[in-house]
Amino acid sequence: MGPVTEDSGATAAPLLSVRDLSVSYRTDAGPVAALDRLSFDLHAGETLSIVGESGSGKSAASLALMGLLPRNATASGSVRFRGRELLDLSDRELREVRGRRIAMVFQDALAALNPMMTVGAQLAEAVSVHDPSVSRAALRERAVELLDLVGIPDARTRAGQYPHELSGGMRQRVMIATGIANEPDVLIADEPTTALDVTVQAQVLDVLARVQDRTKSAILLITHDLGVVAGLADRVLVLYCGRKMEEAPVEPLFYEPAHPYTRGLLAALPRIDRSTRRLAQIAGQLPSPNERPPGCPFQNRCPHTDERCAESPPPVPVGEGHTAACVRVHEIASVTP
Amino acid sequence: MTQPTTTLLAPPPPVVSGDPGTARVVLSRFLRHRLAVASLIVLLLLAVCCFGAAWIAPYPHNAQNLLSASQPPSGAHWLGTDSLGRDYLSEMFYAGQLSLAIGLGVALLATLVGTAAGAVAGYLGGWPDEVIMRVADLFLIVPPVAVLAVSLQGLGPSPLTIVVVLSSLGWTLIARVVRARVIQLRHQEFVEAARVIGASGPRIVVRHLLPNLTGLIVVNVSLSVATAIILESTVSFLGYGVQPPRSSWGNMLTQAAGLIGTSQAYLLYVPGLAILVTVLAVNFLGDGLRDALDPQGRQ
Repeated sequence: MGPVTEDSGATAAPLLSVRDLSVSYRTDAGPVAALDRLSFDLHAGETLSIVGESGSGKSAASLALMGLLPRNATASGSVRFRGRELLDLSDRELREVRGRRIAMVFQDALAALNPMMTVGAQLAEAVSVHDPSVSRAALRERAVELLDLVGIPDARTRAGQYPHELSGGMRQRVMIATGIANEPDVLIADEPTTALDVTVQAQVLDVLARVQDRTKSAILLITHDLGVVAGLADRVLVLYCGRKMEEAPVEPLFYEPAHPYTRGLLAALPRIDRSTRRLAQIAGQLPSPNERPPGCPFQNRCPHTDERCAESPPPVPVGEGHTAACVRVHEIASVTP
Repeated sequence: MTQPTTTLLAPPPPVVSGDPGTARVVLSRFLRHRLAVASLIVLLLLAVCCFGAAWIAPYPHNAQNLLSASQPPSGAHWLGTDSLGRDYLSEMFYAGQLSLAIGLGVALLATLVGTAAGAVAGYLGGWPDEVIMRVADLFLIVPPVAVLAVSLQGLGPSPLTIVVVLSSLGWTLIARVVRARVIQLRHQEFVEAARVIGASGPRIVVRHLLPNLTGLIVVNVSLSVATAIILESTVSFLGYGVQPPRSSWGNMLTQAAGLIGTSQAYLLYVPGLAILVTVLAVNFLGDGLRDALDPQGRQ
């Protein structure tokens, strides 16, 4: 699956264009940068995956896009959605965008669904918030239709049930149904499968893919799970310490990873087709946010570090739509990871 | 916008059984709570007797008959008569009108104000929270009975002022509890999820937070009814509350208190028991309602 171009033929302009997005949190120990000058484009209908460890800034990125950062956080830079700057919008204007244009699927569906509302009522609300004129009967039908769409059997009965009466997989499907209730242009899926069993994970990913076929939404898939990425993403963006380390279409990323960090990540994946006694790991530890070295944040753990790494590396092109933020990326390309 | 969504999908398709959230299921859960059902019956009986006293009570209100004063219970006067010859059973029913009305009035007003204040303070945080909670503190630090006595003297002890004054003292308790729970809920993901679908602040509070406070609010209403009836009795007992010729269970106690040590001391137990039974029944009813309204309650 390559980036899908819209029927209208508007291929050039990206749906969502993020430039130099930085997020920092005020803490007692001074400001902490969660995201450092992140830039990327999201095109209509494509699936872009943001991959990173805990603390890499994935969640800060998705919260900033939705305008949901906590009060002690500030975002700078630019987030343009269909050419409209989102960071400047008032809360009232943002509410128009949220849920209708840009929707979100949460990781923990049990926590993200209201325990006191039936599943159908929550789906109906997602619709009626943006269009209060829809009749109750129509809302009820829409709720059932949405549950049907995400593959929940006996949707009419399920619509009358409460979240605690559904299984984990079904709850996540309901989450997805809520997300697509208004056929948004962008669906942000924040770790959509992390809380689920492996078998259920596959089903939920399948639902996401099918739903995307139907609604033509672009999906921003935020995850730490490279398996999920391989299954669903068109392009991948690797974050580390709030910085973009590498951006590539999904196949080059897995077959020809350029950045030493990405190589380390892929090498650390347990493989069933290779008999290794020990799992590979990346040496060293994630630097805490206020101890990040100047320049490349990965330099302390990188096997290829030299004196040039003390300066912030620019993104270096390594292939079609493929960049890596590493000054030595061409020198080390021949070295086996 | 404020209509309850739980009814949105009702009535359920007839083929489905055990579909919760509908009035039918809430009712069946409530009916299983024996004590609550018994309490409801007791309260209804009491209410019918009190508010229907004009038809039910054997004697009219304040009907004095000095020839039959201070009589022990008999066939003509089931609970005897007081020193003015009034039938004590009839008096108890009439007095109950004010006691119950004040109790219910205070509970509703205090809960309404307290819930609104607590929800706003908890959801907004920051300076609105500070202001509301400092005002609540102000009401908490004053000794209630003294304030009641002084303010009722100043404003005049009409039933309406009693309700207002008692509520102004009672709202702080629910405001605190609601605020604490709202702060806890505000950070839960489903609230975040509601913002993500584009819901506004007021909508989130009314549609997503308040329904999660149902149990808390119901229990608080029952506690407030109980506290209000007791407080009303206290101030009336002290002579600052309901004034004769109006009567409440509280000023019946005042009058009967003079009989301690005489053969008619049992008259003290009549309004006392009425208060006790009402307070207990209201509490049990609150428990039953809370359980019945919780969708995660036992099926």
